[in-house]
Amino acid sequence: MKIAIASGKGGTGKTTLAINLALSLEKVQLLDCDVEEPNCNLFMKYDLEEIEDVKLKVPFIDTAKCDLCGKCSDFCRFNALATLPERMMIFDALCHGCGGCALVCPLDAITENERSIGIIERSQPGISTVELYHGLLNIGEPMASPLIEALKEYIHSNGTTIIDAPPGTACPVITTLDDADYCILVTEPTPFGLNDLKLAVEVVRKMDIPYGVVINRSDMGDDRVRQYCISEGIPLLLEIPFVRQIAETYSNGIPFVEEMPEWKERFVQMFETIREYTEVIE
Amino acid sequence: MKQLTVISGKGGTGKTTIAAAFASLAHNAVIADCDVDAADMHLILDPDVQETVDFYGLDVAVIDPDQCTKCGVCREHCRFDAITPDITIEAHRCEGCGVCEYVCPVDAITMENRRSGWMYRSLTRFGPMVHAKLGIGEEASGKLVAVVRESARKMAEEQERDLVIIDGPPGTGCSVIAAITGVDMVLIITEPSLSGIHDLERVVDVAYHFNIPATVCINKYDINDENTRLIEEYCDDLEIPVVGRLPFDNTPTQAMINEMTVCEYSDSEFSRGVTRIWEKVLDELLQVDDQ
Ligand code: SF4
Ligand code: SF4
Repeated sequence: MKIAIASGKGGTGKTTLAINLALSLEKVQLLDCDVEEPNCNLFMKYDLEEIEDVKLKVPFIDTAKCDLCGKCSDFCRFNALATLPERMMIFDALCHGCGGCALVCPLDAITENERSIGIIERSQPGISTVELYHGLLNIGEPMASPLIEALKEYIHSNGTTIIDAPPGTACPVITTLDDADYCILVTEPTPFGLNDLKLAVEVVRKMDIPYGVVINRSDMGDDRVRQYCISEGIPLLLEIPFVRQIAETYSNGIPFVEEMPEWKERFVQMFETIREYTEVIE
Repeated sequence: MKQLTVISGKGGTGKTTIAAAFASLAHNAVIADCDVDAADMHLILDPDVQETVDFYGLDVAVIDPDQCTKCGVCREHCRFDAITPDITIEAHRCEGCGVCEYVCPVDAITMENRRSGWMYRSLTRFGPMVHAKLGIGEEASGKLVAVVRESARKMAEEQERDLVIIDGPPGTGCSVIAAITGVDMVLIITEPSLSGIHDLERVVDVAYHFNIPATVCINKYDINDENTRLIEEYCDDLEIPVVGRLPFDNTPTQAMINEMTVCEYSDSEFSRGVTRIWEKVLDELLQVDDQ
């Protein structure tokens, strides 16, 4: 079963929930898909090994053959190629690797190279009960989705996988949530939290993924998030109050279930609720 | 005219709270909400929309079933698995590259515009604001950020305003890059947690990568004094000015609930801290000019 943890905006406690839930369960896989800032391992502190350098295709132009006709740069819809009076310019970071330029070149001057967009790392198998995988996007690299797709190839087909999604509602989130069995939306009881929760709900509804809500720092704001969930019939899975101990353990990179083990039971219960629910709808 | 982007790397550090407070402290600025993926600033600034502009992101391939012979050539060439075995387009996977249109032997495919969001030009009690909404699951967030920034810049020029205050998106990816390229300075809002520090380092690298001067503000500094000290040392080493620290405080939440900026809402330690930070940021912006 694949459970994704998402939120319309960042900083609501997505990662906190992902790691604490993973540590409360037996034998799980944890996939950190927030490839722009993968933070799960700041808490897990595992020794990671690199298992893949993820590459995208990018054109390579043979200057001896190229006569600067400009057909390739006309074709490229991502402005990754420019025809200058003396030479061609390639802007790697804009290239989506569609291969179109090589197809249209009348002189066969374009072949394809590969460029790295980021790496995938994982914890040493067998050492811990949680098997962590994460992607790390190169600095200045805009293409997050292909890295997420490559990371998702490592999902075990049987067993439980907890997926920490990137924040927001754009394309990398869709890539992450695609074919998840359930999605937990984490929010805060504030006007920003409510606004961003509504956006996230639009996403999971559009993708037809069953979902429920966890309210973090549940005693800090007002009651509108709760009212919204009730009126929309959205299951409220768990409320985590603001406790200074949680904020402090978080700031030191310690999963709070380690210091407050009574929470493990609540995470296990939440997991059981989700499992029963997904079994019923199957 | 100057451009300042407030970013954070990690979400939830108080970026929008601080950017909105700056809007209420500035006298002659245009406000641009570039967190197009999860825009929140309007909840505080309550913009009165004057003009809505459709935003077209990437094109999408459309197949005319009457002409299509199901030869499958397009499917072979599509690098994004956007064409199903029975030759229909999965719009959410299509990146709009146009390869299928090019290879189709019977010209059954055309590339069509797809509206992927909206941009708004608005008025607020603190001056003009440009903001946007990206359609759910759309890909072109970087492009929409660029559109918002361009519109804000033009507006500032036309109305002879001297500053554009940009609320940037979280992360380090394409929309962040679009929100900071070419600005005069970024203000990074961080917090003293291990994740905060980690994301600060990543986002500083991005700013350096694009040659943009950075300043840092530490929010909730009193949650972890040791980490606050580490952040200050890190900034010292890189000669990044730390323009202030803000305490952990309920003011932002209460101000938000009352739809006010923190400076309008109260005169708490937090609000006074934001005002001092604003003054320092203006100083730093002036120095950028001298160099
Ligand atoms: S591969 Fe596609 S995106 Fe890349 S340069 Fe060629 S036409 Fe442009
Ligand atoms: S336009 Fe490109 S991505 Fe879209 S279906 Fe055609 S080949 Fe695939």
